[in-house]
Amino acid sequence: MATAEIVSAPAPSESPPPWTAALHEWLVTVDHKKIGVLYVLMAVFFLLVGGAAALLMRVQLWAPQLSILQPITFNQFFTLHGTTMVFFVGMPILIGIANYAVPLMIGARDMAFPRMNAFGFWSTFFGAVLVYFSFLVPGGPPAIGWFAYAPLTENSFARGPGVDCWALGLIVSGIGTSTGAINFVATILCMRCPGMTLRKVPFFVWVMFWTSLQIIIVMPPLTVALTMLEFDRQLGSHFFDTQAGGSAYLWQHLFWFFGHPEVYILVLPAFGMISEVIPVFSRKVLFGYEFMAAATAAIVFISFGVWAHHMFSVGMSRTLDLFFVGATMLVSVPTGIKLFNWLATVYGGKLVLKSPMLFALGFLSMFVIGGLTGVILACAPITFQVTDTYFVVAHFHWVLIGGTMFGVFSAVHYWYPKVTGRMLSERLACWQFWLFLIGFILTFGPMHFAGILGMPRRIYTYGSDRPWEIWNQLATIGAFIQAPSYLIFAHNLVISLWKGDIAGDDPWDAWTLEWATTSPPPPYNFEVVPTVKSRRPLWDLKHPDDPDWKYE
Amino acid sequence: MPESEAAPPDPTLGIEVRPDVHKVGMICFLGSEVAFFSTLIMAYVIYLRHGSTGPTPDQVFSLPMVLVNTAALILSSFTVHFAEKALHAGKTGLFRVLWFATIVLGVWFLVGTGIEWNGLIRDHGLTIGVNLFGSTYYTLVGFHAFHVTLGVIALSAVLLVSFMGELRGKSPMPVTLIGWYWHFVDVVWIIVFLIVYVVGR
Repeated sequence: MATAEIVSAPAPSESPPPWTAALHEWLVTVDHKKIGVLYVLMAVFFLLVGGAAALLMRVQLWAPQLSILQPITFNQFFTLHGTTMVFFVGMPILIGIANYAVPLMIGARDMAFPRMNAFGFWSTFFGAVLVYFSFLVPGGPPAIGWFAYAPLTENSFARGPGVDCWALGLIVSGIGTSTGAINFVATILCMRCPGMTLRKVPFFVWVMFWTSLQIIIVMPPLTVALTMLEFDRQLGSHFFDTQAGGSAYLWQHLFWFFGHPEVYILVLPAFGMISEVIPVFSRKVLFGYEFMAAATAAIVFISFGVWAHHMFSVGMSRTLDLFFVGATMLVSVPTGIKLFNWLATVYGGKLVLKSPMLFALGFLSMFVIGGLTGVILACAPITFQVTDTYFVVAHFHWVLIGGTMFGVFSAVHYWYPKVTGRMLSERLACWQFWLFLIGFILTFGPMHFAGILGMPRRIYTYGSDRPWEIWNQLATIGAFIQAPSYLIFAHNLVISLWKGDIAGDDPWDAWTLEWATTSPPPPYNFEVVPTVKSRRPLWDLKHPDDPDWKYE
Repeated sequence: MPESEAAPPDPTLGIEVRPDVHKVGMICFLGSEVAFFSTLIMAYVIYLRHGSTGPTPDQVFSLPMVLVNTAALILSSFTVHFAEKALHAGKTGLFRVLWFATIVLGVWFLVGTGIEWNGLIRDHGLTIGVNLFGSTYYTLVGFHAFHVTLGVIALSAVLLVSFMGELRGKSPMPVTLIGWYWHFVDVVWIIVFLIVYVVGR
């Protein structure tokens, strides 16, 4: 490595490196910023792939008894759509943004383990490749749903190797995610710049710390469950083989012990992102930092005890039902604390309605609705009625898109100037925001009604005697309003690299350390490792007469 | 960051101690391993005495063999501990002897497991596919043996480096961390032993 750098160093000054050199540089990079960008690019690519699958499914459901997609294809598409969006879009884009931002925000020069960081990305990437490799095997991709309930995944029901590709791909990418989480914990605990005690870390960093702990604890049980599944399929063991005394119920427990904390893994970083954006664009400090911090920890702790609310309809005991209803309801307390703190941050602020703030406000309004249907679904008797209907589909899309995706878009619009040195086009961002918001509401709003009217999820078509057609048509129209917003987003990301206004170091007049260095930052991030005294080091720098550390 | 004039000396500056990244990383890794083995052990316990056909634990296990294995692994925890102490005291020769003893004990455990499995498969017909007990037993004990194997490889790598004369310093980080890992594998075995061979029998 060292010799290669010395040899190639003079080249850029004479002419731009040929594309092979650039490609090589990106493929072997161990720089947290480049790896972060790779994560995000991977996620954006799979976002378009998973979105295309969703659009085709929406077309198929436009009217009763259409046969645009074969039933098996439809099943494969919703399996891949769910798997892709959770594992290859949601987690990579959050981990990628954090990979870029966290070391900068804590005044470090890289992550704790740069090579393991690269390993984490490539492991995630090749896990995704392995899952999509299933298109090339006999029988095609798995048709098992993203939570892959046993015994549907056993040899007798899923004969082709598609399920094996899926399981092995998730094991591989899960290992990558775990190494990423270990890296975040070590980075955040050990590499903060002088003066930055754990009580003074930027809120996003705090959230990433807890999310990483969650990943470290819940990924291994998923790996074990997937390994058991592979042993069942390849070695003839009987873990989930009900014929031989195995238990399909055990899979549900293991999967959801991972699966429910997973949805917090997908939304907590978005909480952190908007907790950075909202104060900057309201020109106020984050309201109730300590309460927000404690609420984050509380959500993480509670998240380990709520998984079986996905399983009410399986027929657990009444005691278990009651426990999981209670625990799930409890989540709304820390989440409510967060919500009111964000509102209190906005309240009385001098709002700057630039694109990051638009998406953050979108998050605030939409996430509440998803949270409310969550509280509704936490009631076991209601779940008995609407389980596995479109009401559930509407709920979790409202949380994952209304929460996670709005947060991610907010973060990308916020940090893009830092990453590239150029501003994203506000005009395109505005188009994206409104198409996205309207399309999103129109896609998933009607699904609540279809679900309450009894439409089961995962059906490839429905009879014309059912009252679901209008709701499906509205949803499909919504999907086609939403779709261009993602394309505008991708277009904006690319075109602004050349056409965007020069950003400068600190375009938002923000307060955390990443804005103290150049845009884009040099490979070593900071010439001099900064020293901080408060949660808003750049405020202290800009207002030496009225620094924060006097009050914290 | 330029200091403003009124800034009082911050008492937390200068005396901040950050934990070592490698140690924190290893603790996190071992934490994920705890979750991993907890899941396997839980599956073993849940499926204990499930399924009607085939061999059962009380029919197949012979304690003497396992006890010798267990003793070897517990002893290896002591050898690795005193090896690190020896290195810390600058006694490189003693370190190498004790470290090598750890490897031998680890290999002993693996060979013992192999002999035990051979007996289970040939004499009792217990395979991973024969019943739920076979499935959970081989998966749990097999994953543990896999971890012992990785440990033996890591221990051997350190020994090799030590003979190449590059293991300098009072307490080199790889020695400490591999020691932790080895203790962890040992503790997991004690739990597995108690659950599989003592309580579960």
